[in-house]
Amino acid sequence: MTIINFGYKKTKKSIFLIFLIGLVCLYLNLFSILNLSRFIASPRLTPPALKYGLDLAGGASLVYQVDVSSVPAEALSSALEALKGNIEQRVNLFGLSEANVQTSTQADSYRLIVELPGIDNLNQAIDLIGQTAQLRFMGETAISAEATATATFADVFSQDTGLTGSHLIRSSVQINSQNSEPEVLLEFNSTGSDLFKTATEKFLNQRIAIFLDDFPITFPTVQSVISDGRAVINGNFDTQSAKSLSAQLNAGALPLSVNLIQQHRLGATLGQDTIRKGLVAGAVGLFLVCLFMVGNYGWLGLIADVGLLVYSLITLSLYRLIPVTITFPGLVGFILSVGMAVDSNILIFERFREEIRTGKDWHQALELAFGRAWDSIKDANICTIITALILFNPLNWQFLNSSGMVRGFAVTLLLGILVGLFTGVFVTRNLLRFFYRRQS
Amino acid sequence: MNIAKLKPYFLSLSALLLVLSAFSILKWGFLPSIDFAGGSVWQINLPSRPDNEKIHQIFDQNQIPLVSLSVQSDDYLLKFSAVDQDQKTLLDSQFQTLDPDFNETRFETLGPSLGRELLKKTIWAILLSSLTLFIFIGRRFKDRAFGLCAVLAMFHDTFILIGSFSLLGHFFGAELDTLFVTAILTTLSASVHDTVVTFDRIRELRFRHLNLNWADLANQAVSETLVRSINNSMTIIFMLLSLAVLGGDTTRWFAIALLVGAILGTYSSLGVAVPLLLIFKKKK
Repeated sequence: MTIINFGYKKTKKSIFLIFLIGLVCLYLNLFSILNLSRFIASPRLTPPALKYGLDLAGGASLVYQVDVSSVPAEALSSALEALKGNIEQRVNLFGLSEANVQTSTQADSYRLIVELPGIDNLNQAIDLIGQTAQLRFMGETAISAEATATATFADVFSQDTGLTGSHLIRSSVQINSQNSEPEVLLEFNSTGSDLFKTATEKFLNQRIAIFLDDFPITFPTVQSVISDGRAVINGNFDTQSAKSLSAQLNAGALPLSVNLIQQHRLGATLGQDTIRKGLVAGAVGLFLVCLFMVGNYGWLGLIADVGLLVYSLITLSLYRLIPVTITFPGLVGFILSVGMAVDSNILIFERFREEIRTGKDWHQALELAFGRAWDSIKDANICTIITALILFNPLNWQFLNSSGMVRGFAVTLLLGILVGLFTGVFVTRNLLRFFYRRQS
Repeated sequence: MNIAKLKPYFLSLSALLLVLSAFSILKWGFLPSIDFAGGSVWQINLPSRPDNEKIHQIFDQNQIPLVSLSVQSDDYLLKFSAVDQDQKTLLDSQFQTLDPDFNETRFETLGPSLGRELLKKTIWAILLSSLTLFIFIGRRFKDRAFGLCAVLAMFHDTFILIGSFSLLGHFFGAELDTLFVTAILTTLSASVHDTVVTFDRIRELRFRHLNLNWADLANQAVSETLVRSINNSMTIIFMLLSLAVLGGDTTRWFAIALLVGAILGTYSSLGVAVPLLLIFKKKK
């Protein structure tokens, strides 16, 4: 507990900094409201939009149980990876670029979580996602010149080789020893090797297309007859594209069936209603708090209210920049953190009054109040940070929650506390020093 | 405020609340939402306002037990057992026939196993938070009794909050859902938040007045932090009350749970944590 002697110059610098931060945050948040894109066209100067979670924007969240019994344990991770990639691709076919697909492990059970914004054609999407991946190998057919123009991909590759995903043991990426370029390796089982040998004989110097769920994923030209069941696809791969092809092949080679065990769907209207009501509630609550602070602490309270405004602006800007997906529990976390930010101010002001009562002059009392209240503020906020971290579960511990709801709450609470510490200690303090210079 | 003198009253009030909570939990249990019990919630809009009879018929035909059906003008809220995608598609098409302008607002379905998982994870989170906070507060105050009392007060709040939702569930139909879990965990932190502020004052006073005994220290610390505690609670109560009143149906119980938690947190810091600390210190 030291009395910090501050220079007026330093305060002025800090005030300038606060003003600057406030201005930047105002720009970030008012851009879309004032429709500034009319004047500022550069995308680099356009602030990112707020992202809303499914519970506010509407959409569907689907949880699938993955049946892993058909896949040997050592191939499990590549099978899950392949499944995820495959489902992502299927979802993208629906034009849902914002969709999010992730796998999660719970003790011995494996889950696939698919989040789809918007719920048009959801039943179709669910049907498509639920299908087990199918891999087929189709040989090229010679097509007459006049038919070529109208021929579809399936017409060109219409000769079934009889090979399917079940004949493929697995696919992996390897590096060619001669040109050090990545290539994709396919390993067939014994039936598969025989079928593949026949196919490579029949389609030598022609192309064989590989279809995953009726979509062609690659169509290499057969360069030699392969009888040992180990085929290599090469040519112009970078590591990324080789990996993604290999994953697609694995989706067919190590097929996992999935079973829908949970779904949440929310129409956009309900979400908008929640946002509107939440905002009204937040505004009314905030107004009451501001009023209470002014009523109780006079000018001090008003300055704290300005600090609170800066706090709200900074938090909203961080939501845009990080970005934080705002869910309903997230909004509540924000409201709660406002409460805690106000608490820091109350602690300081009560302390300030105490110091004044003991006969200290205004400057001393203010600095003492900040110094002494800081201990309590710090300890109390660390406790909240601990809980918020356990809720957020950053290390994805399996025995703790990692659901979007709880996480959405934890992230805004955590962010709110950190920003609250900054504004309570830096912003409000300097504002007080600058504007509230009543000499005793 | 003479906390040492008021100690028996506070502790009996807390004991009463704890017993009441235990009674309600044992007697009436909870009203679990589908988050815990599994099942489906379906909120739909049927502008033609068909009879409830017809809706019951559809569910009977499909042999899906309809648990509840509530209607608000043309908004229908249906609760029934968990269904798979085929059943859902069937329901969709049959309601489409019933009312061509049929519109889905919300649909949720999940199996009961997920609820147990959620419960287990919540208990883990509470235990892990308690342990971490016990260690942290014990170290910060260089005295394990402080950590223990803070954590006990926290358990007190959590238990009464859970108990109050058993009561609210029985009398007003409040359901336990994922959001309630979030409210419990928030109460954990809010409870400790207030306790730490009070304890912090005790620690500070101890350094300044080495001749004071624990009872006097506690009295002075509580008196000095009381205004702050009440003022602070008021601001949180303003925010949560406006959320409970204006925030809409989806969030009402959540806001109320947070409100109950906030009030308990403020009360327990001086009504439970400090009296317990005095008991511990007397024994030594």
